[in-house]
Amino acid sequence: MKLLDVANLNAWYGPNQVLFDLNFELKVGGITTILGANGAGKTTTLRAVCQTVHTSGSITFIDKRIDGKLTEDIVRVGIAHVPDGRGTFTALTVEENMKLGAYTRKDRHEVLADIERMYARFPRLKERYRQQAGTLSGGEQQMLAISRALMLRPRLLLLDEPSFGLAPLVVKEIFEIMREISSEDQVSMLLVEQNATLALNLADHAYLLETGKIVLSGSSADIKADESIRRVYLGY
Amino acid sequence: MSAFTKNLSLLVGAIALCALPFLVEDFRVFQINLVLIYAIAILGLNILTGFGGQISLGHGAFYAVGAYTSAILITQLGMSSYLTLPIAGLVCLLLGVLMGFPALRLAGHYLALATFALAIATPQLLKYKPIEHYTGGVQGLVLEKPMPPFELTLFGNELSEDRWLYFVILIVGIFLFWIANNLLSGRVGRAIVAIRDQPTAAAALGVNLTFIKTATFGLSAAYTGIAGALSALAVAYIAPDSFPSFLSISLLVGVVVGGLGSIPGAIFGALFIQFVPNVADQISKSAPWAVYGAMLLALAYAAPNGVMGMINKFKKRRKA
Amino acid sequence: MDSFILQVTTGLANGGIYAAVGLALVMIHQSTHHINFAQGEMATFSTFICWALIQNGMPYWVAFTITMIVSFVAGVLIQRIFLKPVEKAPILTNVIVFIGLLVIFNAFAGWIFEHTIKSFPSPFPVEGMFLPQYFSGHQIGSIAVTLVVLISVFCFFRFTPLGLAMRAAAFNPDSARLVGIRVSWMLALGWGMAALIGAVAGMMIAPIVFLDPNMMAGILLYGFAAALLGGIDNPWGAVVGGIILGVLENILGAYVIGSDLKLTMALILIVSILIFRPYGLFGKPIFSRV
Repeated sequence: MKLLDVANLNAWYGPNQVLFDLNFELKVGGITTILGANGAGKTTTLRAVCQTVHTSGSITFIDKRIDGKLTEDIVRVGIAHVPDGRGTFTALTVEENMKLGAYTRKDRHEVLADIERMYARFPRLKERYRQQAGTLSGGEQQMLAISRALMLRPRLLLLDEPSFGLAPLVVKEIFEIMREISSEDQVSMLLVEQNATLALNLADHAYLLETGKIVLSGSSADIKADESIRRVYLGY
Repeated sequence: MSAFTKNLSLLVGAIALCALPFLVEDFRVFQINLVLIYAIAILGLNILTGFGGQISLGHGAFYAVGAYTSAILITQLGMSSYLTLPIAGLVCLLLGVLMGFPALRLAGHYLALATFALAIATPQLLKYKPIEHYTGGVQGLVLEKPMPPFELTLFGNELSEDRWLYFVILIVGIFLFWIANNLLSGRVGRAIVAIRDQPTAAAALGVNLTFIKTATFGLSAAYTGIAGALSALAVAYIAPDSFPSFLSISLLVGVVVGGLGSIPGAIFGALFIQFVPNVADQISKSAPWAVYGAMLLALAYAAPNGVMGMINKFKKRRKA
Repeated sequence: MDSFILQVTTGLANGGIYAAVGLALVMIHQSTHHINFAQGEMATFSTFICWALIQNGMPYWVAFTITMIVSFVAGVLIQRIFLKPVEKAPILTNVIVFIGLLVIFNAFAGWIFEHTIKSFPSPFPVEGMFLPQYFSGHQIGSIAVTLVVLISVFCFFRFTPLGLAMRAAAFNPDSARLVGIRVSWMLALGWGMAALIGAVAGMMIAPIVFLDPNMMAGILLYGFAAALLGGIDNPWGAVVGGIILGVLENILGAYVIGSDLKLTMALILIVSILIFRPYGLFGKPIFSRV
């Protein structure tokens, strides 16, 4: 079943057009990644799905059109976005950040249970649950950002450059956790990454974006195997 | 527009400006004088707030200082009215530069409050008993309007004091606008705007922040001070209560109405603060300020970038 | 010594009012980054409404409660109707809107309720319930009411999900949207609460300074100064700032300069403090990356 169906998507920042006639889809389950160089429009694509930029074209989530809707309403249909730069509420505590992730949920007991589940998965967050989020390390903030997004119990999780600014070991840890989440929590993921190796090792399917257009699409396995594609587009 | 048309319209404009005071009655000329004076004061504030990005809710204080400087020099020293103008400007320049130093450390709302404190303090300080001998205390000072130096009658109206003052104010005003225009469109203006938009980058490029910021304050104060001095001549009476804190607010309203960072906009701002209260009074005797407030709101929604902003938008659309 | 203590206690009572107004200003600033210059006039208008209700025979606390509710709703509506359209406009355009509202409220207050000074009742006994030699009944009562309001606001923000959402919306509106918070409505709620707090402040100060359309002008300034003294984004700084101001104003007025220059001196002192601590006593500078 199609989870996300994007057709003829254009996006603008003010008068500057950044995405040109994108067409792609996501099936339920699994991880899809969007690759590309700096400025290719990867972050913009995620923002387009959340409608935090001006777009034209259609975006359909499960069976409803979400283009033209407010971000706050798109969250309510089950899309959680971990933005670039993490977007944590740095002035609030770790636990307050997590509670905010569940802001739209009504099932209080389940929310508390989910928080415990997050702490189990990220013991370091549990240690710092009353600390101001801004005082956490980069890796911890990334874990917090992902936890906050998962507190929504989303159907689709959008991740914008989770590896950004993190040490390699920390990145490895986070990517392993993402693999776990994908299989255990039954949430589909759309991952934007500059680090192609990492992304291709995690994802099932990949799109390559170049100056706002999709130039390549295929399964990660195929792309990894194809030497010419790797050399021309991914530089290794 | 060709050079010929431009020169022709300038000539026509100049003739119209000279004829204007003779075409209307004295009281109207008095009102027009006030508009021109406010325009100079608003230009002064715009230099600081529109171009320099430093908000001031206290320019009424400089207006008052200019007025009182002029009045005291005339009543105590018998000085010629016209000579008091540059002196008032100089006094306010120094005062403005002095104010500029603490202003360096304050920004945004903090600066607004500090300047507003100045606006509120001014009437109280002017009433201060120990200097009553000079300031005339609560009763203020009465002056005589300067006499026109020759006789002239046009269109059946003679050259009265108000009409003579009109020309004085007009010439001073044109001179000051011309200086501001040259200053602000040149290196100094670019430095001022650079500091407003990106102070760190400006400093890194070698712009002397302290000098430019305090100088901007000083220049702004000087302009408004000269306007104040002119108002003393035009109204021929000043008292502490002529300079309430609302004056400072009105000047800021004038800046925004005209358009931030716009030199010609000052005229529209002056027209607004001079005439809209009168218009409001005519619309509603019982709640004229409610009408004034409503017009402020209407302006904010319809022309968020001021009158000049609207004009520029209109011009762009015509070109496109 | 006694008269000194009296000055201090009066200062404390007044300071509580300044603190409340300062708190209202900080609340709006935190969520919108604007100073609501119309806060004072809105509070005065609310106080007039309460006065009118009492004149028509309503018991004090009923009128008080209704006024609080009406003020809250009015605050929400004002944000929705008048401020939303200029959300993206330059700051000074917003300032014009605030000035416009200020002037309109003042004018309507004068028009509907006239400019004659009115007395406003105090619900508290004349004699102080606590330390009667230093505090009048109204002073104790108004300190108590202010405390109740402040503590309620604190608890609301600290312990309720809605309060948390409002804080989140104020700190980081983009991330707040990403968790589904309707940021725009949080702004409206902030306005409603500020209007409510302002109304309480007005109703507490009216018995002392008497009710007329210009009642709150000076008090707004003190509230503003209190907010800045404490650091514009720090609600508790506003409270401390208000109290310091109240005491300072009274001490200065009694012992240093006469009451004519009270306001001026207090303000000049604030400015001097700000020279040395430009972000207020408790404020933190916001470092922006180049």
